[in-house]
Formats: sequence, structure tokens, C-alpha cells
Amino acid sequence: MSNLLTSTFLAALISGGILAGMPLLLAGLGEMVSERAGVLNIGLEGMMLMGGYAGFVVALYSHSHWLGLFGGLLAGLVASTVMVIFCVRLGLDQIVVGIALLVTAEGITSVLQRAQFGTTYPRLDSMAALKIPVLSGIPALGESLFNQPLVVYVGLALVAVAHWVLRSTSMGLHLRAAGEKPQALDAAGVSVTATRSVALLVTGSLGGLGGAYMSIVGAGIFVPFMTHGAGFIGIVIAMLSRGRAVWVLIGAFLFGMSVSLSTALQLVGVNVPQDVVNMLPFVAVLVALVIFAREAYLPAALGSPYVRGSR
Amino acid sequence: MVEMTRPVAGRSGATRDLSAPVVEIRGICKAFPGVVANDDVSLAVFGGEVHCLLGENGAGKSTLMNILSGMYQPDAGSIMVDGQEVRIGSPRDALDLGIGTVYQHTTLIPVFTVLENLLLGQGRGLSMDQKGALAGLKKVAADLGVDVDPHVQAGRLALGQQQQVEIIKALWGGSRVLILDEPTSMLTPQGIVELERVLLQLKERGLAIIFITHKLHEALDVGDRVTVLRQGRVVGTLEPDTVHATPRPELQERIVGMMFGEEAAALAGVAEVRGQVTGRRARREISPEAVLELRGVSVEPQRGEVGIHDVSLIVRRGEILGVAGVDGNGQRELAEAIAGQRAIHRGDILLGGTSIRHASISARQRQGLRYVTDDRLGEGTVSSLSVAVNLVLKRIGDGPFWRRGLVREDAINECALGLVEGFDIKTPSVQTRCGTLSGGNIQKLLLARELSFEPKIVVYNKPTHGLDVKTTHVVRDRIRELAEKEYVSALLISTDLEELLDLCDRIAVLFRGRLTGVVENRVGAEWEVGRLMVGGESR
Amino acid sequence: MVEVEGEVIPRKRWGAWLGPVGQSIGPILLGLVAGGILLLLTGRNPLAFYGDILKRGLFSSSGVQDSITRMAPLLLMAAGLIVAFRANIWNIGGDGQFLLAAAIVSGFGPGLVAVLPAGLGLVVLCLLAALVGALWTIIPALLKAVYGMNEVITSLMMTFVGVNLANLLIKGPFRSQKTSVPQTDVIPHDKLLPYLPGTRIHVGILFALVAVGAVYYVMTRTSFGLRLSVLGANPRAAVHVGIDVRRLTVVAFMISGAFIGLAAGVEILGVWGYVRADWNPNFGLTLFALVFLARLNALATIPLVGFYAIISMGGHYAARRAGLPDDFMLMVVGLILLFMTLTEYVAARRERRATRLVAGPKAALRPGGAHE
Repeated sequence: MSNLLTSTFLAALISGGILAGMPLLLAGLGEMVSERAGVLNIGLEGMMLMGGYAGFVVALYSHSHWLGLFGGLLAGLVASTVMVIFCVRLGLDQIVVGIALLVTAEGITSVLQRAQFGTTYPRLDSMAALKIPVLSGIPALGESLFNQPLVVYVGLALVAVAHWVLRSTSMGLHLRAAGEKPQALDAAGVSVTATRSVALLVTGSLGGLGGAYMSIVGAGIFVPFMTHGAGFIGIVIAMLSRGRAVWVLIGAFLFGMSVSLSTALQLVGVNVPQDVVNMLPFVAVLVALVIFAREAYLPAALGSPYVRGSR
Repeated sequence: MVEMTRPVAGRSGATRDLSAPVVEIRGICKAFPGVVANDDVSLAVFGGEVHCLLGENGAGKSTLMNILSGMYQPDAGSIMVDGQEVRIGSPRDALDLGIGTVYQHTTLIPVFTVLENLLLGQGRGLSMDQKGALAGLKKVAADLGVDVDPHVQAGRLALGQQQQVEIIKALWGGSRVLILDEPTSMLTPQGIVELERVLLQLKERGLAIIFITHKLHEALDVGDRVTVLRQGRVVGTLEPDTVHATPRPELQERIVGMMFGEEAAALAGVAEVRGQVTGRRARREISPEAVLELRGVSVEPQRGEVGIHDVSLIVRRGEILGVAGVDGNGQRELAEAIAGQRAIHRGDILLGGTSIRHASISARQRQGLRYVTDDRLGEGTVSSLSVAVNLVLKRIGDGPFWRRGLVREDAINECALGLVEGFDIKTPSVQTRCGTLSGGNIQKLLLARELSFEPKIVVYNKPTHGLDVKTTHVVRDRIRELAEKEYVSALLISTDLEELLDLCDRIAVLFRGRLTGVVENRVGAEWEVGRLMVGGESR
Repeated sequence: MVEVEGEVIPRKRWGAWLGPVGQSIGPILLGLVAGGILLLLTGRNPLAFYGDILKRGLFSSSGVQDSITRMAPLLLMAAGLIVAFRANIWNIGGDGQFLLAAAIVSGFGPGLVAVLPAGLGLVVLCLLAALVGALWTIIPALLKAVYGMNEVITSLMMTFVGVNLANLLIKGPFRSQKTSVPQTDVIPHDKLLPYLPGTRIHVGILFALVAVGAVYYVMTRTSFGLRLSVLGANPRAAVHVGIDVRRLTVVAFMISGAFIGLAAGVEILGVWGYVRADWNPNFGLTLFALVFLARLNALATIPLVGFYAIISMGGHYAARRAGLPDDFMLMVVGLILLFMTLTEYVAARRERRATRLVAGPKAALRPGGAHE
């Protein structure tokens, strides 16, 4: 156990944490936006799968990772329009629609994958890393932190953008109002429907992007059900973040590291069964939920559809 | 952003011709499932005038207001602003037309600061002009003569201050019409005086003010023009000349006649119809036996509440003890602590001399402690279940309605039929879904449930809130009779001072979760109560 | 306003047609049509595909028996979900409860049936399965009851843990030494649940039908059922009228888990006799849709579960012939659920419109009422 703190182990842990944490970050950020606006998007995992599949296919045929990521984003956006129409415009139950969306997405991506590729799983080239000079030279941590594909830095920038939008812009103010007291927003002359729709579209896009990251950057292949609960972990991260982007970042990388722990352990000669590894992030989430149960703050109007004139 | 710093009186300001109506509505009709709320309503609102919309609960006042503020769309009829026909399709349209609204239920977001609340709907996209808004707030606040800290969370303000912020919000974009829906329901007598002062200011600036109320004396106090609504229709409008020239008693007679029609004669003795308290109860002997005693009870506040702190009081056998206070000063916390719906973290509650601090809700209920909640739909009833089931909802599993866990529908129906008749609940049958009943009948259902099976003490939380005059009368009589004839004590929580003066033996006052005093209900008690309601020391 | 009069009649006719049955069949048809379009797009013949489903799932003796056999665990799970959903408890973690119970029954099964008398062994194993299912709901139940934490999330987390834990058990302590593929030892065929005379349908289906009937009876006739309904319809009213909401939440959650665990026990003891690693029939979310289609009415789940059993048994065969994964049926179920929310919406709107009064002079006599 003495070699647990070696640089190999740390480097593997951190770079693995980033690799596994990025989709959680994107999904968590997206979910935070829609939760702030009062919509609990249980279908996030489905949106990620759609993004993952569409992104992979686009990247495979266009030979461009970036087009692939964009395709994934678009697919997530399209999937979230279903939720916009059903939950925001028609005011239908967010949990039922979310689960319907998840199940449909699981089925449809699996069917399309088989219809298109049979039982083969074509592989993409890995995405080129962007090495930040000087910083990447820091011993041990530099290589894992500052030698990453560009999209990782984009993701980090999104945290700052989300923070700024929510805090210092009218759009952010309206989003928060839609989650706290939609009738107040309506009375102030801002459409609750439009505000929540925008929030959900952002969620879908980020979820799709997160899924595309998983298939294109993370794995290089698409396998049915490959998100394996990442969307739900994203939801939990968003809940525990109490609506703050920075905490989504911290949460995502903590969970990301728990995923990469086994790889890191294997590198230093400790073998852990794969099932334990798969289980770890969920156990971590449950432990976090049990410990921080009182802390999870959710907007007052989360989950309830808004109908003008009803109190 | 220029909009914000514009003077309160708005676009055409004092130069406007005051003889033409600012807003005129013609033939407005609006129906909801099962009810016609507005039926061919027409009225005109003029600048520099307070136009009172007076009517009972259910008369259609709020519907009309919601149509003007863009919340509802009328089924028929037209709206003219400054002589132009307009369509108010959303609250945005109303605001753009200069129609600002102060809703009965606050639209402030408690976790936002005052400034953030005012910024809602001001900017678009990424812009947010905090500096301009601060300057605008300063100016409007100065114009109105009020003082608000822009950076304090709205939920932390006193209700009177919250209402001032609401008014500022309504005037923000440069209003020409200000609609106030039951604005005094949350205010102390002193707060009402303050509100009247602000209204006078606004009137002088040429604003048209629509003041919605169900209280006759209020309409006469502030109104220049009074329109009476009844069952969704306009039954008459009193012009300013009439309002200002007619002696008050005569005016009252006329309006009572308009509000209640042929029922007016039957209701002649009802104090609240007259807008004055006449039915003050006679003094009587109360036995010294304490039924309910609170000893230093404290409850932790939940989100947006004040909690209660160190409250001690005694309710004696057959006594009606009132609890006065502006809404949101701990009334609900007090009621729920007594009923057992909330844990108390300090102190003790005794029922008939025994501590019930650790007794469950249903144990307290069985021992004769009853709670008539003010939230009739939210927690009092289950709207998807039948009237009969709702009547036995607090006895699920008990005999004779259930035997060894199995339902006995005959027993339930028999009991329900008796209660429906005894309490005059108007329902097609006892199997009708409870949610289809009107507010008054749901309240009677709650009373029937709580007052049957040998009550000892009943906690009433705002028992007549939102009811029409006739039902209010019935409910108050029931409370009084029960106390006087059957010695069932009552803890009567109410925000209606007149109701407390009418019914109670003594009145305790809650302010920010503390009991600021207990007053014997003698002549002049209202002044002492009013003083205690804003935190004055007990004498 | 005049035209409203004329519109009332066709609306009523629609309403009668779109009764509860129509509201269940409508989305199913729409889901199948949408699935058919996807089949066309991937170059398969939807008619042949659906024909295969019927041929294998319904129109062959062994197919019908397989479908009925499949109904047993599904009905038990449906019973479990109804208990929870009625109380507005979203127990989404059925798969974890199911697989963990299945793993434990298969792990201890061979040993137990060897030492215990035949009937007793099966009873003990079924109880064990129910217990495992119930215990696996405790964390979400307590988090919801005590802190009000959303059980959708927590029960899903427990599912992911449960599925992996089941695999871990199958690959570790319960692993059979006799096979190369990781799986448990096999319970001998003659020690499994007996068949109904003259069929290859095991008696588990009877348990399931009794369970569904019992849930229906409890929900409609007992004080416990009414307490659950009150909690589900209006949780604040439940507190107000003195129901011990915390206890009831935990109890309902555990009963739900117990039924789901029992479903796993019946499936293992009736059909398989063992569990292979990474086996996951994904029943949980599918049943979610069926139970909603049945409007949480236990008896109404019987035909719907029957329908699903047919398309899942037949679908397996049809999908293999078409070179598609079984997940095709998953997609169809998802689509059915989506269409269901939509038909519910349309029906609710119709109802609201139909009761709407006509404003105008004619209505002058009606009282103002609740909608001021």
C-alpha cells in the first residue's frame, strides 16, 4: 500500500478522473440549469445516450471529432424538445415523461447501433490532446491536468459561463425565478414556458455533449447502454451542488476519480473486480446523499408544472 | 432602462384629460368549469381616482382583475385603454399598457433580494442593469415616501414592507393603472393608514387605481367610485358625486342592498354586512378549569417562517381565546404545534392537565383536541376522495367505520349523511368527489369532521377566511354556540380583528412568533390589540 | 358562443369511445406503429416482425405457455409497483431488488433444497427473496421518510449497486465450480416449483394472480389501502389527519420491494434454477409503463401484463430473426409510455371542456362559486 501515493498512481487517478468526470460535469451542469428553472429532468440519461450514439456516428462518418461532438449536442437538444413539449408546454408529469424518454432512448440507440453495425463496434481515433506549455511540465500532476483534449478546457470554461449567467444576467435571474416562484415571473411579464424551455434545451444540449464525449473522447466506440447511470449521477451532483456551478465541477471530478480508482489501483498492483469498480460511484453517491441529506437544496417549485392562473 | 427612472405617473402624466376613462371594459364574460365568474361586466376607470370593486367572495372581482392583468383571457367582451381597443394576452401586455398589479398573494420571491425582485422582467438575455435599477428604486421609494433596503431578502421584510415593495414593483415601468387585490388583508390597522396615505399620493399624480375589497367600510374609506359585483355581474356603480355627497349611513344601506339583493333583509342583523361590529358578546362567567395549557412552547421556523418562541397560554373550559396578529407571525406554527403536526423543541403542552407533548396527532384527536385548518384544499381534504370518506378521514381504521381493518361502507355513509344534514353541507350526494364542492361547503365539511365525536377544545385557524357572508355567519354562530352551550373551548386564530372582537372572551396577540400580550375583550380592546400586533409592550 | 352547443355532441361520442380501455389501447397502437416505422427505416418488414411476435408469443402452444409463465414475475412486480405508486412513492429501483433477490435465491437454493423437505425449501427461498427485495429498499425509504429525499434518484442508485453486487456474488461466493461461464449451481429440475397439471406452466402464476387480487382488495377495501391512497393523493393531508407518514412510507416501500423480490424468487424457482452473471431482463422500467397504463389498478394489470408477456416472448424470437436486439421492445414500451401521457392529456382536456359552462345571459342564474 505504500506506493499508493506515488506519482504514477496520482497521475492515473487525476487523468482518469478528468476522463470520467467530464461527462458528469457536462450532464450535471445541464441538469443544474433545468433544476434551477424548476424542471426535474429524469430523462437526462436518455439524452446522453442519444448524444453518445449520434455523436459517434457523425464522428465516424465525417472523420471529425468536433463535428461528432456537435452532432451529439444537437441530438441531445432534439431529445430535450420532447421534454419541452410534454412537460413544459403541456404540463405533463416530469417523472413519467423522463422515464419514458430514457427507456425510448435506450431502446432506440441499441436498435440503431445493431441495425447499422451489426455486432461489430468500430473504433474512432483518439482525440488529439492540447498540451499547455509550462503548466504541463509540472511534475506528476502537469501531464494529467494540462495535457488534455481541447474539449476538456471548453467544459471547464462552461462552468465559468454557467456561473456568470446564473448570477449576473437577466436570463439567470429569470431562470431562478422560474424555479422558485413561477407565478412571480409570469406576473413580471416574462414567459415561464419560454424560460423553462430554454433551460431544458440547454440541459439536453449539455447532456448530449456529455454523451458524445463519452463515446468519442472517452471510449472511442459506442456500446448500447454505455452511459451506465452517468446521467443519474449527474442529477445527484446537480442536487448536491445547491445550484452552484463550482460545486458541480468539484462533485463531477470527485465522482470521476472514484470511477478511475480501479485503473489507478491496478497500475500500482492492486486488483479490484470490475463489478466493484462499477459499483463504486453509486456507493459514493449514496454515501454522499446519506451524509448530506439535509444539505441538498432544491428550488421551491421543482417538479411542478406551471399553469397560469392556478395557485 | 430609461423606463425605470420615469416618473411614477407615467407616459402622459398630469396633462392627461381626466374626464375620459383610462381603462374601459365592456361586456366581459368569463366562465370556468362549472361556474360563470364574470357575466357581461362593464365598467370605466378614470385617472386620479380610486375605483373600488366591492363584492362578496365569489362575486367575480379577482377574475376581472386577472383579466385586466393578462392572467386570464375573457370569453367575450372588449377592453379599451385610452380609447383604443386592446388585447391583453399576457401579463407582459398589461405591463406594456401601463397596468400594474399588486396581487392578493404576494408575488415576491422570498429568497431573492428586493432589488432582484424588482429586476424581474426588466432586462432580457445577458443584460442586467443593477445600477439603473438602484437609482430607479431610490426615486420611486422617495416619491412614495417609503424606505426599503434594496439588498435585503424579500422574505425577511415585514408584510407591510413587502406590500410596499409590491406597489413599487407594480409602478416600476411607469404605471397608469394600479390594481390592488384585497390589499389590506395582510395589514395592521396602522399599516392600512400607511397604505391609504400612499394611495392618496398616487391619486394626486393622476393614476387610476382599482381597489378590490369585500369589506364595505374599506370601500367607503378609500373609494371615489364604487362598483358592486354580485354573482359575476355588475349590480351598480356609485359615481364620485354620489359617493362624496351622500351621508354614510344612507350610502351603506344602498350598497348592502346592492351586494346582497333580496337576502339583505335576512342578513340585516349580521354585523359584517354593516361593516361594523355590533354583535359583541355579552360577558359571562368562565370556569377556571384549564383545558389546554401551553408552557413556554417554541417551534423552530421552517423555510420562510418565523416559528414560535416561548409561548405560554391557557384556554379554560368553554372559553373562546382569540389569537390576533398579522398573517405570517407564527399562527400556523402555533396551530400545528398544538395539533401535533410539528415537533416542539422546547416547552410543554397540556391537555386537561396531562402532557401531550409526545402524543401523536391521532391520539390528540381522539382525546378531543381538534384542529380546523386554514388550508382546506392543501391539507384539510383529499379532493379525489368522496365527501363521505373525507368526513371520516381522521378516523381511518377506527370503529364503527372499519372493523379489523376492513371498511364498512354502510357505517361511513350513514354517519356522513347525518353530518351533511346537520351541518347543511350542499352536495349532490355523499359519494361526490370532495374537490367539486365550493369553498364554503368544504369549510362546513371540515367543521362537521372536527366538531363531531366529542370535541373538548377546537383550534380554529382563520375559520371564515374566503367565505361568503352567509357562511361566515353560520360558522361564527356554530363556534359561539358550541362554546356557550356545550362548553367546548376554542382557540380562535384569525387575522380579522372584527371577528375576534365579535367572538372571543380574551384575545392573545402574536408578533414575530412571540406572544406580546393577552387582552380581555372589553370596550376599547381593539386599540390595545392593534398596538400589540406591531410589537408594542403589554401594559 | 352559439357553436359550442353544436360541438357538445361529437365530443361526448368521442368521450365514450375514449374510455379507460381506449386510453390504454390507443397508446399501445401508436407505439407499435412508431416502432413499425423504425423497422421500415432499418429495412425490416414490420408486418413480418409483428407477425413473428404473434406466431411465437400467442399462436403456438408452447408460445402461449411461455407467455403465461413469463406473466408470473411480471404480475408480482406490478403488484409491488402499485403498492408504492399508489402512495406516490416512485420505486424505480425494481431491477436491483429483483436481481439481488435472484442471485441470493440461486446462491442458497441448491444447498437449501438439498437439506430441507421439498415444499419447505421452496417456501423458505421465496420468503428469503421477498426479504432481500424489501431490505434493498430500506435506504431510499428512510432517506425519503426522514429527509424527504427524492426516491427516484436514491432507488436508482440502489439499483446500480444491487445489479453489480448481484454479479459480484455470482462471480464470487456463489460461483459454480462445474461451469466455465460464471453462474450459480443449478437447482435440480424436480426440486423447482411444480407445473400445473398438463402444462409446462409453473404454479408461480397462481401466486401472482392471488397477489394481484390481494393488492386490489387491500387497496379498495381496507384502512391500510385508504391510508396509502391518502398519502399518495395528498401527502400534507396525510400528515394532517394523523397518518404516521414516515412509517407508512417505509412500510409501503418495503412491501413493494418484497413483491419484487418474490417475483425474482418465483422466476428463478419456476423457470431457471440458476442465475448467470450479467443476466438482467430489465423488467423494472418496462413494468413502470404497464402499471401506469393500468392506472394503478391491480386487476387491470393482468391483461396488460399478458400483452407484454406475449410481445416480450415473441419479440425475442422476432428480433433474433430480424437481426435486431431485444431492446427493440424496450423502445416500443418507452414510446407507448410517451403516447400514454399524451392521450391522458387529451382526455383530461376533453373532460374539462365538456363541463365548461357557456357564459352569457343564459347563465345569469348560476351562482358565482369557487372561481372568483
